[in-house]
Amino acid sequence: MRYMLLIYNCDPPGPGEPGFEEALARINAFAEECRRRNAMVAGSKIQDESTATTVQVRDGRALITDGPFVETHEHLGGYYILECDTLDEALELATSCPFAELGAIEVRPLFAVPGVDNTPSAAVAHE
Amino acid sequence: MTAPLVERVYREHRARMLAALVRVLGDFELAEDSLQDACATALRRWPDTVPDDPVAWLLTVARNRALDRLRRAKLVREREPVAEATMTDFEAESSLAEVGDERLSLIFTCCHPALAMEARVALTLQAVVGLTAGQIARAFLVAEATLAQRLVRAKRKIRDARISLDVPADHLLPERLAGVLAVVYLIFTQGYTAEHDDAGLRREAIRLGKLVATLMPDEPEATGLVALLLLHDSRSVTRHTADGDVVLLADQDRARWNRAEIAEGVRLLDRALRHGTPGPYQLQAAIAAQHARATGTADTDWAAIAGLYAELLAVSPSPVVALNHAVAVAMADGPAAGLELVERIEGIERYHLLHATRADLLHRLGRPGEAAAAYRRAHELAANPADRRFLAGRLTALDGS
Repeated sequence: MRYMLLIYNCDPPGPGEPGFEEALARINAFAEECRRRNAMVAGSKIQDESTATTVQVRDGRALITDGPFVETHEHLGGYYILECDTLDEALELATSCPFAELGAIEVRPLFAVPGVDNTPSAAVAHE
Repeated sequence: MTAPLVERVYREHRARMLAALVRVLGDFELAEDSLQDACATALRRWPDTVPDDPVAWLLTVARNRALDRLRRAKLVREREPVAEATMTDFEAESSLAEVGDERLSLIFTCCHPALAMEARVALTLQAVVGLTAGQIARAFLVAEATLAQRLVRAKRKIRDARISLDVPADHLLPERLAGVLAVVYLIFTQGYTAEHDDAGLRREAIRLGKLVATLMPDEPEATGLVALLLLHDSRSVTRHTADGDVVLLADQDRARWNRAEIAEGVRLLDRALRHGTPGPYQLQAAIAAQHARATGTADTDWAAIAGLYAELLAVSPSPVVALNHAVAVAMADGPAAGLELVERIEGIERYHLLHATRADLLHRLGRPGEAAAAYRRAHELAANPADRRFLAGRLTALDGS
């Protein structure tokens, strides 16, 4: 089963900032552990809310607005998608993720609706 | 003949049958419904032929009913792997002995940290102990509809998020077992308050604790918890007056303490302590055993109790434990030594017993003005009517002296 790890309120040091090298090494070690367990499906940082655009189509017309759909104080900054046998395995990996020490990780199971085909395009590598 | 037989088999083996079905189906609601179906079928069929192994019969029928239900729900395509596993798992079984005891897995799943605490408690009471939603709702003073909703949500989360149906791996076991024991303890304490003195609920908590301790004989904290519950329970009839007023340990009629429970508690505690790893439950049980051994406060070994509280403070530090430690030190070494420790406690300024303890120690040190002020503060903070009556009584006695 696939689980999405939503990473909230976590602001690790960026390139050039103090502690960046150490943070990078730790997060790569986490990703390596996920790969070792054949769990890593995808993962990425999400650019912050100031870059968000929301689309809604009503009566055939697209309504495009600046900003995130849900205004909250919580900042969604990244995600992983992991393949795990049970929630327990996903929670164990989330516990070992360095981002959990800085912010919070919400673990949500994904669900493949029977008949819905979301096969990725062959030519597009997953970012 | 048939109805009582079906009922007896169900009553005696319900938890084991449910545990086995949950394990292979991965779905509590489906497991419960198919077990009910199987019992209904047994009521119709057993008059003609009673099976040699009623439990295996019920499990096989329940498995088939579960598959029927899955097909009817048109989920069979999606769930085929589960259904296949179910077939092979059960076809190999001819008796319950071979099904094995899955109750421990069931307990760990019910007490999973991904479920809310109140859901863990409710689910454990329903699935493992066998109480109905109505019984649980009454014991926890919540509306039955609320409780039923809580159970449904927990069961669906277990299925949909695929919460593990196994006993946790060794490296996770200490923390997860602590979670299971916390649920057992919470069920007991729910039946141990002045507003809700529920001997039935306490008995179920003790039974559940014994089941965990039996299934995990190498875990002394599980045995220690059972010892603690028995020792607490032995004093239950003397803790409150008929009107619900608090009776302090010093004033309890020890002749009415349940000696059989004390003997069993002490025996289990000794067995647990032999492992040489005293955790919080064993230490609390050891403290309760010290009280149980004494005929009154005068011949209580307060120095031993103060030592046990110091150990408890080391393994699970909390201001409430520090307060109890201070009380024991006051009994062993005098009120001045106790007061010194009480004054150093931080973080429970709004806990009425902190102020009641200060009041008592100040009173014993001959400082009535400060004692009265502390009793008044305790009275302000106490929420429970029985506690408030007790503190008001103390204040009146102090004013009168």
